[in-house]
Amino acid sequence: MISPRYHREIPQRYRLEAAKCDGCGKIHFPPRKVCRECGGESFTTTNLPSRGKVVTHTTIWIPPAPFEDQKPYVVAIVELENGVRLTCMVAEAPPDEVTIGTEVEIIFRKLQSGRDWEVLQYGYKARVVG
Amino acid sequence: MRDVAVIGVGLTKFGDLWETPLRDLFAEATLACVKDADIDKKQIQSAYIGCMTSGLFVAQEHLASILCDYAGLNPIGATRVESACASGGAAFRAAYLEVASGASDFVLAGGVEKMNDGADATYCLATAADQEYEVYHGVTFPGLYAMIAHAHMHRYGTTAEQLAAVAVKNHRNGAKNPYAQFPMEISIDTVLKSVRVAEPLGLMDCSPVTDGAGAALLCPVEVAKDLGRPFVKIIGSGHATDSIALHDRADLAAIPVVGRAARRAYEQAGVGSKDIDFCEVHDCFTIAEIVCTEELGFFERGHGGPSAADGLTALDGQIPINTSGGLKSKGHPVGATGIAQIAEVFWQLTGQAGERQLKKSPRLGMAQNMGGSGGSSTVHILEVVS
Repeated sequence: MISPRYHREIPQRYRLEAAKCDGCGKIHFPPRKVCRECGGESFTTTNLPSRGKVVTHTTIWIPPAPFEDQKPYVVAIVELENGVRLTCMVAEAPPDEVTIGTEVEIIFRKLQSGRDWEVLQYGYKARVVG
Repeated sequence: MRDVAVIGVGLTKFGDLWETPLRDLFAEATLACVKDADIDKKQIQSAYIGCMTSGLFVAQEHLASILCDYAGLNPIGATRVESACASGGAAFRAAYLEVASGASDFVLAGGVEKMNDGADATYCLATAADQEYEVYHGVTFPGLYAMIAHAHMHRYGTTAEQLAAVAVKNHRNGAKNPYAQFPMEISIDTVLKSVRVAEPLGLMDCSPVTDGAGAALLCPVEVAKDLGRPFVKIIGSGHATDSIALHDRADLAAIPVVGRAARRAYEQAGVGSKDIDFCEVHDCFTIAEIVCTEELGFFERGHGGPSAADGLTALDGQIPINTSGGLKSKGHPVGATGIAQIAEVFWQLTGQAGERQLKKSPRLGMAQNMGGSGGSSTVHILEVVS
């Protein structure tokens, strides 16, 4: 991934910055120009909470090349405490430890090592709580 | 809007076609289609060609030009249509609308994908998902459907055996299809014990990587009547989009875009799900067929799994699904799939489906094509004209 493409997503990947619609209050992650809920075009930046629960999940056994060294790994859709959902890996978890309803927290991790001249790629993963 | 007919179809064999380049795949399907329709190729005025990602698979873009050149269609106007795995269905709809509008009389709807030329297919296909917020996090395409499967299993009690029943049934049908990539029967056990791809999906829950092309020729019904050959009429064409990211959809055990496209097609056709005699469904993964048969209204929500296991979707079942073998057995050259579905519906409606021909002469057939994890879908309803 070239660095400008990586750089512009940093507020979301490092700080979970989202956009709250000034019209209806719907929170969008990542931010967007038009509210899916009410069509509003004005937003205020807000940060997502870090706790949530797994709403569905899978264990990837056959990954694309950049993730080959991490297989098998768990990927889940996590619903955060404010209802916003995102897709991420569940770190440090044996596959059978993650199920629908598992409580997790969002943490900061390296996601891909990158190839050749590419930048190291960081972002969020989930971790099972408790 | 004019009534529109399909007057001929053509397919290449589906499979690992190492000796056939992208350009020849399309030419082969086009020539077969023109021969089937029994018209002069010079009558074709325009073409829409579905292809998902030839740029990644074989580093070739500007497809309308190269494909029409090698198929002998220059200098007609032609457009490449992309909607991930629904590219073929979207191309078919574009061709339908051009004929219906009165702009052209003879329009070719094509689809092609050359997937076996050394590219990383898992990577290429994942571009149908959200690059920054799904793929960046290690999700694969099977992974997205696996997450739909887990949600469906959790909500409705759908089982791995019910998923496997879809693959077994589609291979049973595909074994009767001379175009199929994997025309062999398999057992439930083969599916359940297949190599894990993305839990709960194994390799035999997944459609294969395939080279292939298809073409269909459309013209106004009034023109088709004078050709003196069997044809089918397009009575409903539905198309819808949804969020590209699975996590942005409220119900993860559903694929709402399919229901929306279907409602538009049903409404235009003035028919309901009970009127449909058979359907080609986008079974890119076994769970997709189960959810789509629910979205199309053939079964209540949560009943797709038991219905597949009980044989309701078999060739002799209540609503035969994927008589062609579906994407699972016939193969899934992504851009061509939507057109191949139309070809199967055409053959069934005109009594040309050979060993897999439905016994009770079908009157209404449906083709449902889908892009990504449900970011787009087309649904077409075709009626035989006797």
